[in-house]
Amino acid sequence: MFRNQYDTDVTTWSPAGRLFQVEYAMEAVKQGSAAIGIRSKTHVVLASVNKANSELSSHQKKIFKVDDHIGIAIAGLTADGRVLSRYLRSECINHSFTYESPLPVGRLVVQLADKAQVCTQRSWKRPYGVGLLVAGLDESGAHLYYNCPSGNYFEYQAFAIGSRSQAAKTYLECKFETFMSSSKEDLIRDVLFAIKETLQGDKLTSSICTVSVVGVGEPFHIMDQKTIQELIESFEIKEGEAADHGVVPDRTPEAAPMDI
Amino acid sequence: MNSIDSTPAKNSLLSSEIGSERTLYPYVTGTSVIGIKYKDGILMAADMGGSYGSTLRYKSVERLKSIGKHSLLGASGEISDFQEILRYLDELILYDNMWDDGNSLGPKEVHNYLTRVMYNRRNKFNPLWNSLVLGGVKNGQKYLGTVSMIGVHFEDNHVATGFGNHLARPILRDEWHENLSFEDAVKLLEKCMRVLLYRDRSAINKLQIAKITEEEVTISQPYSLKTFWGFSAFQNPTKGAEGSW
Repeated sequence: MFRNQYDTDVTTWSPAGRLFQVEYAMEAVKQGSAAIGIRSKTHVVLASVNKANSELSSHQKKIFKVDDHIGIAIAGLTADGRVLSRYLRSECINHSFTYESPLPVGRLVVQLADKAQVCTQRSWKRPYGVGLLVAGLDESGAHLYYNCPSGNYFEYQAFAIGSRSQAAKTYLECKFETFMSSSKEDLIRDVLFAIKETLQGDKLTSSICTVSVVGVGEPFHIMDQKTIQELIESFEIKEGEAADHGVVPDRTPEAAPMDI
Repeated sequence: MNSIDSTPAKNSLLSSEIGSERTLYPYVTGTSVIGIKYKDGILMAADMGGSYGSTLRYKSVERLKSIGKHSLLGASGEISDFQEILRYLDELILYDNMWDDGNSLGPKEVHNYLTRVMYNRRNKFNPLWNSLVLGGVKNGQKYLGTVSMIGVHFEDNHVATGFGNHLARPILRDEWHENLSFEDAVKLLEKCMRVLLYRDRSAINKLQIAKITEEEVTISQPYSLKTFWGFSAFQNPTKGAEGSW
């Protein structure tokens, strides 16, 4: 992607029919640290890699609870993500107040997408530089959506966004057919393995990732660090016994496949 | 009346300088509505009378209407306000359908929406002069609730408005039980409606019964209840008081 004379304004089309500002916004998502989501029939699990500027600072919050039945994980400009999560929470709570009923995830996602689209068609605005994985539960089951700065949204069985997400996607692509019938524990195991794929040889510990769950009879919540560390340790032991099916685990400190 | 709701702040809402633009009294009113849960869903009954004060003026007023796929609404009180509520709900259901996403508003959601509407109007001192009964079935769950003109709302196994609260609910408290069959439920409702017909001055002998189940909504054709007036005390009414009428 190179600079050209059609990329200054979001309201300028290129001759090839592209809006470069929107595409650059999607680039910002790819630069953020990874976020991964996996869904089964009854549960959705979100995980994110915690990036901190330095050892001295705390890491950025990338997973937000939107309502008891919906949560999001973001990648990209986290400030934009915070603002959008405030909007999502507001929409959910207004719906609950009027209808005493949780807002269906599909409708929230469409509202968010329409909000993002507005920013692609106003000369005095810029697109949101954040991609969101929206995980939620409603009458029609468990859902995982990805909302793009372009205003598009898609439903997924499993997805990964952010830097080195391709490694995670490769892992997920091998296993996704089993996810629908997976148990909650299996989903958490798979999401932790997927996170591990995005770490460039760094050791997977609970301080480097955040995991959240929402499911039938289980409101959205972020799992505590201690439980995650115990799960990581129990999975790593098993990993030594039986290799992952079909995926070559990248355990050497070589560089993982670069994204893009 | 509604569009001039927001009179300028300098005119108090309670003054009558310009001429008040808010509901003060009801004019054309419907009387009781009764609703009960039964085995397959909800049954509601209401007569078809629209009274103009003490005159039984309109005799074909439909006070039971279906809302969306999952709900039934019955109203007593000002008929024009009921029609306004139906317009609000029509728009609500329209927007709900326009999402075209497989989700739909169930009776619980409609009930709460109506509660918000009624309560908000009450706060502006411009109420919709109705007592509403909202019933329905969605995903096997039966729902029956009521909202009053001041926004008081609750759910129960049997609800009624107006005189129905005083005459019908005691009968229902004794004789309602879980899993009434359709025939038994209709008999029970007719028993209540008969008492109301005898004792409520604004009731007329032309009623509809509406049924809602998971599969369908049916509102019956209007019909009348059999009544009995052959009591011996009615034979010579002035027997103990000659000269009176």
